[in-house]
Amino acid sequence: MFENLSEKLQRALKSLRGEGKLTAENMEAGLREIRVALLEADVHFKVVKQLIDGIKEKALGQEVLTALSPGQQVVKILRDEMVKILGTHQSKLRMANEPPTVIFMVGLQGSGKTTSTAKLAKWLVKNGRTPVLVSVDVYRPAARQQLAVLARDLKIPVFAGPEGENRPLELARGARREAMQTGRDTVMVDTAGRLHIDDELMAELSELKDALTPAEILFVADAMTGQDAVKSADEFHKRLGITGIVLTKMDGDARGGAALSIRQVTGQPLKFVGTGEKPDALEPFHPERVVSRILGMGDVLSLIEKVEENIDQKKAEEMQRKLLEDDFTLSDFRDQLTQLRKIGSLESLMEMMPKVGIFKELQKQKVDEKELTRVVAIIDSMTPRERANHMIINGSRRRRIAKGSGTTVQDVNNLLKQYGEARKMMKSISGGLMGMGAGGGKLGAMLGKRMGKFKMPPFPGKW
Amino acid sequence: MPLLKSLFGNKPPEPEPEPEPEPPPQTSLLDRLKLGIRKTRAGLMEAIDDTIHGKKQIDADLLEELEYALISADIGVKTSTEVLERIRQRVDRKLVNDSAELKGLIREHLLEVLQGADRPMQRAAEPPTVILMVGVNGVGKTTTIGKLANHFKSSGHSVLLCAADTFRAAAIEQLEVWGNRTQIEVIRQQQGSDPSAVLFDALNAAKARKFGYVIVDTAGRLHTKANLMLELEKMRRTAQRVIPDAPHEVLLVMDATTGQNGLEQARKFTESSGVTGIVLTKLDGTAKGGVVVAIARELALPIRFVGVGEQLDDLLPFDPEKFVFSLFE
Ligand SMILES: Nc1nc2c(ncn2[C@@H]2O[C@H](COP(=O)(O)OP(=O)(O)OP(=O)(O)O)[C@@H](O)[C@H]2O)c(=O)[nH]1
Ligand SMILES: Nc1nc2c(ncn2[C@@H]2O[C@H](COP(=O)(O)OP(=O)(O)OP(=O)(O)O)[C@@H](O)[C@H]2O)c(=O)[nH]1
Ligand SMILES: [Mg+2]
Ligand SMILES: [Mg+2]
Repeated sequence: MFENLSEKLQRALKSLRGEGKLTAENMEAGLREIRVALLEADVHFKVVKQLIDGIKEKALGQEVLTALSPGQQVVKILRDEMVKILGTHQSKLRMANEPPTVIFMVGLQGSGKTTSTAKLAKWLVKNGRTPVLVSVDVYRPAARQQLAVLARDLKIPVFAGPEGENRPLELARGARREAMQTGRDTVMVDTAGRLHIDDELMAELSELKDALTPAEILFVADAMTGQDAVKSADEFHKRLGITGIVLTKMDGDARGGAALSIRQVTGQPLKFVGTGEKPDALEPFHPERVVSRILGMGDVLSLIEKVEENIDQKKAEEMQRKLLEDDFTLSDFRDQLTQLRKIGSLESLMEMMPKVGIFKELQKQKVDEKELTRVVAIIDSMTPRERANHMIINGSRRRRIAKGSGTTVQDVNNLLKQYGEARKMMKSISGGLMGMGAGGGKLGAMLGKRMGKFKMPPFPGKW
Repeated sequence: MPLLKSLFGNKPPEPEPEPEPEPPPQTSLLDRLKLGIRKTRAGLMEAIDDTIHGKKQIDADLLEELEYALISADIGVKTSTEVLERIRQRVDRKLVNDSAELKGLIREHLLEVLQGADRPMQRAAEPPTVILMVGVNGVGKTTTIGKLANHFKSSGHSVLLCAADTFRAAAIEQLEVWGNRTQIEVIRQQQGSDPSAVLFDALNAAKARKFGYVIVDTAGRLHTKANLMLELEKMRRTAQRVIPDAPHEVLLVMDATTGQNGLEQARKFTESSGVTGIVLTKLDGTAKGGVVVAIARELALPIRFVGVGEQLDDLLPFDPEKFVFSLFE
């Protein structure tokens, strides 16, 4: 199966350890992985190139010292760029001032127009509208019957036209007339699948458009489409001026990179996503979801968000300074640990992870939340003076602290040892605030799992 | 215009040059063949010619552009990289002197891959030969069956169709229209019935009445849906109950516009229903269908036919040599 992009980045960006800034050189390997991942997800190669250039520009010179690892930082920039391209969540349809509103469903053969027509009709009804459907696909065998069967099951009227009528324009006009006569407010026109290079059939659509002035022309595109998506979408848009996109068959495992290409080349919004063959398998479009899917990262992106929200940047910088000035006290150590807990319980974080690679490994390991609690309790039982200067914590102080925190002297000894090692370690590396967990011992190992391995993919060996 | 230098702005990009005007709609079979294939090759050919004409020396830029040309045909990063790697090695060893030779090298390699997968269609020792058509939704299974039935019939075989897509609205009626067009009988039940039951009926009828071919339409299904894939396994078992060595061919129908997901489709369908070959449809569009090269390379599945339109005779036998030759000539 696919290797997760973050796993690849983890490997590719290993070399970034200890470097302060993102540079063209140190990002190169990571960008190469991103390029391959995007191409494998069927994003058009020109769009890929544009994205990579964008990342380079944005990331260059950025400090690596933030709450995120360099790999995650690059992914975050990429994600932001992709979300920017895809636009906002927008599952609305334009309605005409004068009813009836006419909506066209257009696209290549077999993309899902007829099915999506039925799905949208159902959605419209749920939103209080009264659609009438018409198929102007007079070419494909049983195409009109297909729409009729779907509509019958949904109990939505279909305009079939007079016996023997097989002129698309007449059928569409007839449907609109019927809508006006019966007071229905929307006419959904299911058109025949056609190739963007089929001049005659493309001209037919223009003619239909001129005659019916649709409020929406939705381009129905298959999520499995490869590099050609750009050509077909571009041509449909040039000839017709599409107003939105429906991305179908997202219930499979296609990455759906075509969404990015189509959106980029047409500039029109993605409105709905088809997630099955049944009439209710229609969902509003969410750019972030599509982005994480294209990147194949499960919800690693929402994790990034969560971490970003919870780790206070200012505090992190302050901590960094203290470290460098050898001013990193036990209080700071405790603050760090509390920050860690704010991110959320490890289990809930793990659930958001794709079940592959490093995450699969991590999910297998039960990390001891209790240990974290114990460490915080020990530090809490110290006096402010002790926290500011661990050197004064002698034998009797240790006994007192152990008693106060309900732990043993052995636990207190361990903690102090780990803290000492962490300090040493921190001083020896210039970057990576999160390195506090380092220094071996059980706590170190635990923090390593928690912070290092999954928060800082580029440095797995170190933690 | 350098191939890579023009990136999309916010506005629609410059129109890509369309190499040739569309010929008139009424064309001979040969013209259709050429047309279908020409469209397949247009983009790649053009790209390579562009690169070749613009430059004399083989350098990193040229190789990069070639890679993009391959990728834009949906051949995939992995296969493209492999092809380019070969060329890079030869360039390093100074075995390639000018860029024109690159064409030949690429062609040679792709041909090797496709020929490596080629093998003849299976036929039953004792008729009927049973052909099961499978694939994801909307790729062209039903249409291809109409064309294929016509193909067998015009070469003198008796054919029976089996409407085992009992799920999709009007799928049975769609196949019946093709049955009418080709004057071929369709065995059907009503919508919603068990596809294996229809198959059982059809195979018994074909056996009793000694038909040469039975072509079975199945509902489109995404390869990720375990229950639907199990249904295909059940159909296979049902077929074997009537005719022990059936199905003789399981053709995976694939849309030429399919991107890298095609590989996963081929893997999963092969696992569950023992795919023996591929039909590549919609090659009359601008998509290149390059993913079949990756499929041939990884799964050694031969491409049996290509679809080049929506009419009865828009089906051509696949010939790897012609296919690759057409890509570059
Ligand atoms: N799994 C899945 N299948 C879908 C989806 N949308 C459509 N389909 C299936 O895709 C196939 C083609 O859908 P249609 O609605 O007939 O496509 P079309 O664009 O109208 O096709 P033509 O009219 O022949 O061009 C059918 O088998 C549908 O059931 C989807 O979101 N998910
Ligand atoms: N241009 C072109 N269109 C094709 C070709 N083959 C099939 N089509 C069209 O593609 C659409 C889908 O074809 P179907 O035969 O219904 O596809 P299917 O795989 O049976 O679809 P489901 O049963 O819904 O999964 C129809 O509009 C066909 O006319 C081809 O080679 N070229
Ligand atoms: Mg349709
Ligand atoms: Mg079908």
